[in-house]
Amino acid sequence: MKEKIVKILNEIRPEFDFETSQNYFENGMLDSFDVITLVTTLDETFSISIEGVDILSDNFNDLNKIIDLLQKYGVNHES
Amino acid sequence: MNLSYKNKSIEGILTIIPQKEVSFEDEMHNYNFPIEKSRKLKLAMGYDKHCIVEDNVCSSDLVVFGLEYLFKNNLLNKDELDALVVVTQTPDYIMPPTSNVVQGRLGLKTDMICLDINQGCSGYIIGLIQAFMLLDQPEIKKVAVLNVDVLSKKVSRQDRNSFPLTGDGASVTIVVNSDENKIINGFIKMDGTSYDSLIIPAGGSKLPSSAETGILDEDKAGNFRSLDNLVMKGDEVFLFVQKEVPLMIDELMEASAFTKNDVDYFMFHQPNRFMLQKLAEKMKIPFEKMPNNIVANFGNSSGVTIPTNISFNLGAKLENSMQKICMAGFGVGLTWASLLMDVGNLRYNKIIRY
Repeated sequence: MKEKIVKILNEIRPEFDFETSQNYFENGMLDSFDVITLVTTLDETFSISIEGVDILSDNFNDLNKIIDLLQKYGVNHES
Repeated sequence: MNLSYKNKSIEGILTIIPQKEVSFEDEMHNYNFPIEKSRKLKLAMGYDKHCIVEDNVCSSDLVVFGLEYLFKNNLLNKDELDALVVVTQTPDYIMPPTSNVVQGRLGLKTDMICLDINQGCSGYIIGLIQAFMLLDQPEIKKVAVLNVDVLSKKVSRQDRNSFPLTGDGASVTIVVNSDENKIINGFIKMDGTSYDSLIIPAGGSKLPSSAETGILDEDKAGNFRSLDNLVMKGDEVFLFVQKEVPLMIDELMEASAFTKNDVDYFMFHQPNRFMLQKLAEKMKIPFEKMPNNIVANFGNSSGVTIPTNISFNLGAKLENSMQKICMAGFGVGLTWASLLMDVGNLRYNKIIRY
C-alpha cells in the first residue's frame, strides 16, 4: 500500500519527496485541490470510497496519516 | 427548521444561459499552475466549459430576455404577474432593487410587489419559499421567481480554484396556487457565524471598492485575486456540505413521511462534480438520480444551478409527466435549504440562449 500511495503522490507533485517529508500542507507540498485528485485516485486504486467528512487536510498531512485513513476503509498493508 | 406549504405549484421553468462558452483547456494558461496538474483537476472537478456573459451584460438583461421570451410566445401574460422575486448576488445597482428595474424595463403593472433577495447557492429554494408565502395573499395569483447571477464579473480570471467553474445565468420560475391538495415539505438552516466562508470582501458599505481593493494578491496555492473578487474557504465549505446536507435530507424525509426511495430525482445545487459524487455516495443515492453535469456543461451559476439542472436534465420529462423532486441548495451564508415537492406537467421547461 505504501509504495502505491507514494507513487500517486509523486504523480500529483513530482517535485517533492513524500517518503521522507511530513506536514505536507504546512510545507506547501499539497493544497486542498491536490487532495481532490489524491482522493479520486486513492478511491480508484484501492476500490474504496473515502467519505466526504474524512476529506480533511489533517488526514493527508503525511504518509502515516494517509495509511491510517486507508486502513479505516479496510485497505491492508499488502494491498 | 421544518417548513410546509399547501396548494402551490410550479407552472413553468425557463433557464437563460449566455451564448459565450469558455473552455477550460483554452484558459488553463491564465493560471499559475502546471498544465498537467490543471488537467488532473479538470477530471475530478468536472471542469470543461462554462458560460459567461459579455462585459456589458448585467443581471436584469438576462431576466428581461427570459420574461420577454415568455410574453412573445404566449406562455405568460404580463398582466397576470402579481409579484417579482429577484434572487441575486449581482444586482444591477446597490440601489434601486433589480426587481424594480425589471418591472420598469418590461412595463409591468404598478399594482404588484417587487422584491430582491440577496442569496446564492440556496437562492432557488429561498425564492420558491418566498413565492409560496406571497401566494397566501388573496390578491396574489402568480409570482415570478427570478434567479440570476453574473458572478464571472466578480471572480478573478487568475483564480484556478473558482473561475473555471463559474457560470452566469438566469431562470424564470412561475409559481401559482394549485387546486391539488398536495403538501410541499421544506427544511432550512442558516449559520451566519461563517459568513466569510464565501465572500466578496469589498464593494459594500464595510469596505467600499477603491484602487487598493482592486490590487491582485497571490494566495498560498498560487491563485491571484483582489478584495473585489469572490473568495472561498474551500475546505470549510466542502466539510460543511458533507456534514450538513445528508442530515438535512434525512430530516426532510422524516418530516414528509417519504423515503429517499420515493424520490424520483435529487436536483441539487451544482458546486462541482467531486462534491456531488461524494454527497451521493454518502446518501446512497444512485448517480443517475442525482445529476452532476451542470458544472461541466455550463459552470456553477450559484442560485441558478437548480433550475438549470432541472431544465437540462429533465426538460421534456417534466413537461409530460409528474415527478417527485427533492431540491437542495447549500453554500453562501452559510445557508442550506431543501424542498420536497411534486413537479411536472409544466407548460415549459427549457433552456434558451442569451
